[in-house]
Amino acid sequence: MGSHKTREQDRQEGVSAVIEVEQLTKLYGPLPALREVSFRVEQGEIVGFLGPNGAGKTTALRILTCFIPPTSGFARIAGLDCREHPLEVRAKVGYLPENISLYSDMTVRRFLAFAASAKGVPRSSRSAEVERVMERCSIMEVESRIIGHLSKGYRQRLGIAQALLNDPPILIFDEPTIGLDPAQIVEIRSLVKELGGERTIILSSHILPEVSQICQRVLVINRGQIVATDTPANLTSQLRRTQQVRIQVEGPSAEIREEFAALKGVLRVQPGDEPGTYLVETDRHEDLRPELARRVVARGWQLRELRTQEVSLEEIFMELVTEEGPREEMK
Amino acid sequence: MKGFFPVYGKEMYRIFASPIFYVVAFIFLTLAGYFFYYAVASYSLLSFQAGRNPFLAQQLNLSEMVLEPFFGSVGIVLLLMVPLITMGLFAEEKKTGTVELLLTYPISDRGVVLGKYTAALSVLALMLTGTLPAMVVLSVLTTPPWATIFSGYLGLLLMSSAFVSLGVLASSLTQHQIVAAAVTFGALLLLWIIGWAQTMAGPDLGSVLAYLSLLSHFETFTKGVLDSRDILYYGLFVTFSLFATLRVLESRHWRA
Repeated sequence: MGSHKTREQDRQEGVSAVIEVEQLTKLYGPLPALREVSFRVEQGEIVGFLGPNGAGKTTALRILTCFIPPTSGFARIAGLDCREHPLEVRAKVGYLPENISLYSDMTVRRFLAFAASAKGVPRSSRSAEVERVMERCSIMEVESRIIGHLSKGYRQRLGIAQALLNDPPILIFDEPTIGLDPAQIVEIRSLVKELGGERTIILSSHILPEVSQICQRVLVINRGQIVATDTPANLTSQLRRTQQVRIQVEGPSAEIREEFAALKGVLRVQPGDEPGTYLVETDRHEDLRPELARRVVARGWQLRELRTQEVSLEEIFMELVTEEGPREEMK
Repeated sequence: MKGFFPVYGKEMYRIFASPIFYVVAFIFLTLAGYFFYYAVASYSLLSFQAGRNPFLAQQLNLSEMVLEPFFGSVGIVLLLMVPLITMGLFAEEKKTGTVELLLTYPISDRGVVLGKYTAALSVLALMLTGTLPAMVVLSVLTTPPWATIFSGYLGLLLMSSAFVSLGVLASSLTQHQIVAAAVTFGALLLLWIIGWAQTMAGPDLGSVLAYLSLLSHFETFTKGVLDSRDILYYGLFVTFSLFATLRVLESRHWRA
């Protein structure tokens, strides 16, 4: 085992990671799907992998489950290298692949019995274990149905149920809510949340609210690289460099824009989504609302609405993802 | 070998849950029954004629005239049916994506390959068992040469194991079941008749071709001869095919 800088740092911090990924690179032909990705996940954390489609989320998760090997770099789970000890690693991981395909000609119970035996659940406790996960994911009522006849929601829950068999300490869910209806999405999210605690969970998603609701930490990944790592709240505050004030005024639009743009501290004035509304972008620390109101009244225009607008995680995400190119060049 | 029993159990369940097996078994048994009937009927016709012809009576031989053609025909029918049983083993899992689940369970590749292979072979053994009533009929009509029957069935079983191993290999190479079936059928047919080229090829190449032939190793069994060389041939055939399958499965680690 070679010594690595990041490991050295961690030893100083005195924390033990359940999942360690170092300088992971994966090439598909000449195309890099992952470029020197490094991250760590501590025991009991729920970490969200966030990125647009094709960012490398699935590739990273497949490497962690030993389905495909990395081109270079290391992935360790509970201290075991994924390439050297694939069977031991897989025994510790419950995996829900993206758009999971299940044996459509098997019944739910028979499939889970197979999965339980494949995961090494002893024969004597197999049916109890199958019942436990079916209850956990509330699929008891479809236990004797053929998987091919199940709805998408049930199939997804069955996918989670098979991941829970033999109670693995690490759960990896690739896009757990994709293709579900809103009610099912809420159900799956709360299920994932409940599963956290002692278990370490990595889930990937391209939907921001999902990640911010479930996860304690977010890894934003784009074009095969991690562009940000933080809690959802910190990500929002750190990346919010500007603040927007939404103002609705009745009056001559050109004059209004001119008036606002001339104010000190205003960076930009844009037309809003409705006629007569303007989005005034200001510095994060300045509150220009009183000043704006005063100006409107002084000019004799009608003030209809005035409020600050939160920069949503979506916008931050878009910023991270789209500004990645130029920001790199700046370095 | 971790994972052999789970995979074996799952494959058996899926084979019996799919209509392919029932259709294939029905056609196989119908054809085998027809070939048996034809062999017995022509034998009994000859027996009638032999009553008037003492020279012909000396030629009558149940092993040669009933069992040998019967086993030979069943072998050909197997050649046609095995690709249909084995084509889905890996190809379907790749096509539907279930392979991702299977290969992220804590089971070894070896367990997966042997589990699938043994399941398909069990199904073929079951189909062969379905032809045993024909031998019971024979034992009612006459005293059959049980040793020849035993060696014939052993030959069929060994040949099935070779067929299935090649089918497993072909299925691991593609995600299209039809491609797997076509490759299996083509390769088996070529190996079946490769001995024909023996006369055209030189003596050295000719003997190699003759040794490679699936048919020549099978014929000795139908004659009631147990030869260790033939058993070794099938053993090597199966070992090679399964080893290659294992390599194909492992190739995902360096190809992807």
